[in-house]
Amino acid sequence: MGARTKIITDPLSDNNPITIQVLGICSALAITVQVENAFVMACALTFVLTSSNVIISLLRKQIPGRIRMIVEISIIASLVVLVDQTLRAFFFELSRQLSIFVALIITNCIVMGRAEAFATQNPPGPSLLDGLGNSIGYSVIILLVATGREILGSGTWYGIRVLPEAYMGNGLAVLAPGAFLILGVIIWIQRTVTNNFKDD
Amino acid sequence: MHYISLAVETIFINNIVLAYFLGMCSFLACSKKVETSFGLGLAVICVLTLTVPFNWFIETYFLRDGALAWTGIAALSNLDLTFLNLICFIAVIASTVQLVEMVLDRFFPRLYTSLGIFLPLITVNCSILGGSLFMVERHYDLAESAVFGFSAGFGFALAIVSLSAVRKKIRYSQIPPGLQGLGMTMILTGLMSMAFMCFAGIDL
Repeated sequence: MGARTKIITDPLSDNNPITIQVLGICSALAITVQVENAFVMACALTFVLTSSNVIISLLRKQIPGRIRMIVEISIIASLVVLVDQTLRAFFFELSRQLSIFVALIITNCIVMGRAEAFATQNPPGPSLLDGLGNSIGYSVIILLVATGREILGSGTWYGIRVLPEAYMGNGLAVLAPGAFLILGVIIWIQRTVTNNFKDD
Repeated sequence: MHYISLAVETIFINNIVLAYFLGMCSFLACSKKVETSFGLGLAVICVLTLTVPFNWFIETYFLRDGALAWTGIAALSNLDLTFLNLICFIAVIASTVQLVEMVLDRFFPRLYTSLGIFLPLITVNCSILGGSLFMVERHYDLAESAVFGFSAGFGFALAIVSLSAVRKKIRYSQIPPGLQGLGMTMILTGLMSMAFMCFAGIDL
């Protein structure tokens, strides 16, 4: 496998940002009541993470080491403002449902973590791939959690009814504990399947 | 009475970690030992209590629609700078963390050394920025935001200290290999969050 392909495929399972690196858990849990919200969040994060990785990597020789955190966070914050304002202008109902969690992409550790760990040391090309790979790894997990929560919680998937009308809907899956339990089980399955037993 | 009710609601019913999932990263990463989690909890209380009221000032007197009317300049009086609030809030948080760090270093060196790396990392803890954003979304006034900031921090401290105590208890339990570490912590948090849901409905 080429080095470039590896940058993309590595975060999908072996080094998944959520289940292995334990980054960006907050949003993974908070916006996964419905698949639709999770999908929008995944798109927003993909945009922010990929562009911040590219921008920071382009500027990596210009940013002075001592103040690099502040520079990085202002780049990320500006990108997030862009996404937030766009959502508010064109998808108002969705942005109201996502509430403060779009804004919280700023403090999503995946973005900062990839900027620090990868973009500051690599040229823009690989940084772009790294951003994409990590966003896809993140998106897959949040879509899985959302699928579990929406099907168990309301018997639908992306608003389409998949379980018979008689299914009452399990309230627990919609509430906070359901999110923790479902993500715990997904982590369990993922680590058992890939044989990646990291004790953290 | 209104303030007590707000505090109880923020600490127990709408706990910032267990009901809103904010600050999960440090919640999971720093809950291995009771001592560190206690220190982190204290630092979060300090920073939240300072930043939420401070951001309230900035929001009310500079950023909100028409907030600059007090300057008396006609051109500024209907300016809406709300879109700047994310950047301003994060700047305030970063400088408050720096300030708390310097004060602790000068006056409480023991606490400062025990907190170590966690103090600067609070800047990117989502519960801090989340606290300020909730303050804007729920239209709190100054006193309410001070109470909200303190009790949100207290809720975080309570949750992280209890989780670390539970994790200490299960250290020698037999857990299936794939579930060890993060997986088990997730399920424990789920159970704790279920327990905290029992507080729902308390109304003072």
